[in-house]
Amino acid sequence: MSGDRGNHQGHDHADWPYPHPKQPDLEDGPLTHYMAMTEAVVELLIDKEIISADEMRRMIEVIDSKSPAEGARMVARAWLDPDFKARMLEDVNEAAREMDIDAGSIPIRAVENTSGIHHVIVCTLCSCYPRHLIGLPPDWYKSREYRSRMVRKPRAVLAQFGTIIADDVEVRVHDSTADLRYLVLPQRPQGSEGMDEDELSALVTRDSMIGVTTVTIEKG
Amino acid sequence: MSPRFAIGDRVRVREAYPPGHVRTPYFIRGKTGEVIRLLGDLPNPEELAYGRDGKPVLPLYWVKFMQTELWNDYTGVDKDTAVVEVMENWLDPLDGDTR
Repeated sequence: MSGDRGNHQGHDHADWPYPHPKQPDLEDGPLTHYMAMTEAVVELLIDKEIISADEMRRMIEVIDSKSPAEGARMVARAWLDPDFKARMLEDVNEAAREMDIDAGSIPIRAVENTSGIHHVIVCTLCSCYPRHLIGLPPDWYKSREYRSRMVRKPRAVLAQFGTIIADDVEVRVHDSTADLRYLVLPQRPQGSEGMDEDELSALVTRDSMIGVTTVTIEKG
Repeated sequence: MSPRFAIGDRVRVREAYPPGHVRTPYFIRGKTGEVIRLLGDLPNPEELAYGRDGKPVLPLYWVKFMQTELWNDYTGVDKDTAVVEVMENWLDPLDGDTR
């Protein structure tokens, strides 16, 4: 690597024959009606002192800080404590409060995978997702391909994620349309007997709580 | 309001195509399913979307559809299902049940 010219990560921008295009900036795309509307509403709310700029910033920071760790803790607790599991299947938000987890104000329902049924979540209309418990949705969850195909060819889409569901197991797709959010309670994996809550929660991944994969000791 | 349907009731989703912030997906309109859970009364999201109060609140249901009912060319397994939340104003009783 020569350090004396416009050198960047080992290749020379000056005479590299295959220059890569620069990553587009957000502003390189069109400013759509709804983008302009969103900015205008935020400015109005701040101008009218309904919220402050700092409160707006803080809310975005809080949302961005959410991760799958809290959902995973709840799954691990449910695996260890059948009474907690029953409460979680009834009302996730209330069960979260027991663990000092803020699951937000939108009702979340847990759906339990068993040897007879495999649940998977999609929002065909937009991108409804239990953000308080598993963070922001991955880009693929919001893609038109996932949203249209998961409900129509769920087994084929699951196979693309490397998840093969046996023919004697019902695949149940939940479409999250407006009022509820969903969290899959995956099956506790073989070989996890004797693990404590922390060890179990480390096995639980985001994708397993969406239902596009299962929990195994190996993946954890 | 007291819910019109109970768990186990067979229902048909209205086949209607109104404009607006409609939360009933196209793929279940006109399709037949089964009520499997009552989710309480909620403000109507089609009204909330326009800054209105969403009143009157409406019962919301989980309706389970067989995938083979939804898609003529379904390639999975016959027992596969889809569950969608549907507001009561989108549901009709099956077979002219007039409760």
